[in-house]
Amino acid sequence: MRALGAILVKDLRVELRTLESVPGMVLFAVTTFVIFRFGLDRTSLDGSLAAGVLLATVLFAAILAVNRIFVAERDQGGLDAIRLAPVDANALLAAKVAALVVYLVILEAIAVPIFAVFFLDEWSALAPLALVLLLADLGLAATGALVSSLATGSRARDLLVPLVLLPLIVPLMIAAAAAAEPLLAAGAPEYDEVATWLAVLGLYDVVFLLVGYGVFDFVLED
Amino acid sequence: MATSTKRDNGVAEVHDAQQGREPPAIRLAGLWREFGERIALQDVSLELAHGDSLVVIGPNGSGKTTLLRVLATLLRPSGGDVAVLGARLPREAWRARGRIGYVGHEPLLYRDLTVSENLRFHATLYGIEAPERRIDELLERVGMSRRAGELTRNLSAGMAQRAAVCRAVLHEPELLLLDEPSAHLDPEASELIAPLITAGAGRTCVTVTHDFRAGLAAGGRALALGHGGWAVYSGPAEGLSASDAEAIYRGALR
Repeated sequence: MRALGAILVKDLRVELRTLESVPGMVLFAVTTFVIFRFGLDRTSLDGSLAAGVLLATVLFAAILAVNRIFVAERDQGGLDAIRLAPVDANALLAAKVAALVVYLVILEAIAVPIFAVFFLDEWSALAPLALVLLLADLGLAATGALVSSLATGSRARDLLVPLVLLPLIVPLMIAAAAAAEPLLAAGAPEYDEVATWLAVLGLYDVVFLLVGYGVFDFVLED
Repeated sequence: MATSTKRDNGVAEVHDAQQGREPPAIRLAGLWREFGERIALQDVSLELAHGDSLVVIGPNGSGKTTLLRVLATLLRPSGGDVAVLGARLPREAWRARGRIGYVGHEPLLYRDLTVSENLRFHATLYGIEAPERRIDELLERVGMSRRAGELTRNLSAGMAQRAAVCRAVLHEPELLLLDEPSAHLDPEASELIAPLITAGAGRTCVTVTHDFRAGLAAGGRALALGHGGWAVYSGPAEGLSASDAEAIYRGALR
């Protein structure tokens, strides 16, 4: 926990100082909403279309951060420094997952209200939607951090991350969209099947956190 | 001129334990390291006692940095037996980690953190409690007290090297691995860091250097690697003359 906390605080401090990831993610999301608004020529979205627009935007914005999350460790020797220290390598992965979740929560805290202003007539679903997004964020961060650690040594990192990450994320996106769809349905939100899909999201999160825990040591080895 | 004899580490450690002897700080027996088709180190064997110093010399591409990274547990040996601080590598690397200080070609400092933030970060990783006094003392000793609040990206290469030495000795390691520690340093800075990176009092030092005259004159043991990563010489530093060392660099001695 000591190492996890130190690496997380370091990452957040560097992000606060350099603003390399989060502002880019927010700008990307807002620009995408504007494009959808004029591209679809709609002032209101609901159901599966609303869920799709929101989740696809968050996913592609997240890739910007996933691409960068291990760059400092690789380019500035952080991986060597952490491997020399008496800490569990998984603390590094856990810290990167936590940092990505923080970035995504900040992104969504800004982007979701903008999405609601652009497209939603009914705002009462935003609170339960936050739970869907949080579980999706955790899965996205767990998978993203692992893929990023695998790709970070490659010169084709920017291409490799989306190519590997997107297929792995498909089940997460299906579950998140299915959970968000009834919440964003026209009229009052429906909660009937949400719990089932939240459980699927939780299961995805657990599986990818465990996969990361199991393989990260080997990823770090030369 | 002779390389040391090969011994099986497992057998050697049992033998040491039976004799009530502390195992050496470093024991290599027939170490090999390959990168794909290229062989970086071939059949390197040596023993280094606790508190001893070893200078490693050899031409570019002879495997000096690779050797240091294997000893630092950052690279897995491809073959042979390697034991560092009593831990057999790579299986027991976790036992040696945290007891090794390493100065490599990169300072291993985050460019967007200040010097003191970097050192505090490393102190936390090593579980050093209330590290401020130790950090202040080290920065004072390398003449960087006034640069502690500066971002590492703004430091010159020499200043970054001084900070890297502070990082490497922060946790008072038992084994110090130094890859050209005086690189980028002016003579005054080299003098400032010298007391921090010398062997003795339970600290073992392995130093890679191209300044073989100074390295051999410092005494201790010497390992000369030739082209192809062979150990051309392994023994006391005084047993290797400067002219032989020069011949190893030229590739005339193999």
